[in-house]
Amino acid sequence: MRDIAIISFAQTPAQRAVKEQNEVEMLMPAIHGALGQVDMTIDDIGFTCSGSTDYLAGVGFSFVSTLDGVGPWPPIQESHVEMDGAWALYEAWVKLQLGELDTALVYSYAKSSPGDLPMVLTRQLDPITVAPLWPDTVSLAALQARALLDSGRYTEEHFAEVAARSRKSALDNPNAQLAWDRPASDVLAEEYHVAPLRKSDCAPITDGAACIILAAGDVARSKVERPAWIRGIDHRVEPIHLGLRDLTVSESTRIAAEKAGVADGAVDVAEIHAPFSHQELILRDAIGLGEDVDVNPSGGALSGNPMMTAGLIRVGEVANRISNGTANRGVAHATSGPCLQQNLVTVLEGEN
Amino acid sequence: MPPEISLPASLQDVEQVRSVRTPARLDYEFTAGEASSRFLKGITQKKIIGQRATPESRVYVPPRGADPELGATTPIEVEVAQVGTVTSFCMVNVAFYGSVMELPYTSALILLDGADLSIMHLIQEIPADEVRIGMRVEAVWRDDADIEPTLESIKWFRPNGEPDDPNVRIPGEDHGTGLGSWVGGVAPTEALIRNPRTGEGGQA
Repeated sequence: MRDIAIISFAQTPAQRAVKEQNEVEMLMPAIHGALGQVDMTIDDIGFTCSGSTDYLAGVGFSFVSTLDGVGPWPPIQESHVEMDGAWALYEAWVKLQLGELDTALVYSYAKSSPGDLPMVLTRQLDPITVAPLWPDTVSLAALQARALLDSGRYTEEHFAEVAARSRKSALDNPNAQLAWDRPASDVLAEEYHVAPLRKSDCAPITDGAACIILAAGDVARSKVERPAWIRGIDHRVEPIHLGLRDLTVSESTRIAAEKAGVADGAVDVAEIHAPFSHQELILRDAIGLGEDVDVNPSGGALSGNPMMTAGLIRVGEVANRISNGTANRGVAHATSGPCLQQNLVTVLEGEN
Repeated sequence: MPPEISLPASLQDVEQVRSVRTPARLDYEFTAGEASSRFLKGITQKKIIGQRATPESRVYVPPRGADPELGATTPIEVEVAQVGTVTSFCMVNVAFYGSVMELPYTSALILLDGADLSIMHLIQEIPADEVRIGMRVEAVWRDDADIEPTLESIKWFRPNGEPDDPNVRIPGEDHGTGLGSWVGGVAPTEALIRNPRTGEGGQA
């Protein structure tokens, strides 16, 4: 395996609705920010890969116009995934493993605000028997949360603790959309939004963009003092039919974490992509994180959840903590689909 | 041969489901963006305003906010002419949803003088079968009271009486080389394309 590292990460502030800019206008500061931090230009990039979805924009082939933001001329090597940018990062990592290129730029973005997001997301469900019922995202997550409560492993108090801790951590994150310091008992005092979930158990609706630059071996070392090396990366998918899987566990995350080698060393920090508080509990168990791990110091998706982007941001947040020396080894997780259908786990490490 | 499917007795008299219809409708609030908003505000003053990233780079009409050659924002505004050259066209003989035009009509790509990107618009006031590449045309605006922030404030383009442009360059067909559609009998390749950001490589 070739050594590939994250050498730069930039994101736009998580906002409820970016009304004044179109997608490419919102995206460009993230791309130019990531390049500028490591004194690189578009012409230093060997491969570009992006993640987004037309369903959020309501425009066919919307990703083609945002490509203008990376100056795709003369023709560049480029690819796109209709997935969170973490999967675009996976594709870029595979591309760099081929050994022909040394650098890659990965970006993703979404304006979640133009449509009715919980309704838009029903379009990813089985089109014959489920999507025609228009079950919204929050209701599906609530089914999962109810099943988790009934399993006896966790209580609503545990959910509330995740919700409160995430927003408190977000006070240190200038890009966070939701940040506050209130006890879990305040969360429990809220009325149910979709029982057993309260509003604070749910991620906000967010517009935003992010960009990561990858580099191989000595190219990475020449650009930054302490690259965040990708020591393992794996993703798995579960059946689309919710009735075919146990919603109280995440088998795909467990396998991905095992393949990525999470257990091969101590974990200092973990960024988990959990748009609902109970999902963090399921994912912690699936990844196998101990009590001593600093989970979601950024505030996580509960503090800012740009669709197609929140997973890539998790990777960037861990990479930043490794590059600035506050962590030596970390785990980043990304999810996609209803009730944690698809999951990706990355293990990042600094060089000693 | 498809496999034989045998239904349980209770379902044997039930008509088989051969297809399902699951209508879906989603509504979106579309954001024009900063660049398009500035362009559309110009339209309300009956001005066609392009944008460019630098004083030397290409002028985009209509602008979408990013210069695809430089990967940069386009903050510089440039008013372009309301006359231009037809670089390609098609004759529409089939009605489609939302269409209000009388058939047949001509839809054309028009490169306005001073712009580097052609706009798509209608050609009227000339028989459809007389429209041709290289034809010079001018914008015909709606009445002042009906001007809105939309490209439809220009009703259509019509011949302006100038002689055809014999050197019309079809935008994009030369892949931006500026060398014409074909170079020495071959289509432009990557080897011919100069990098507009670094000035390196290519022949143009």
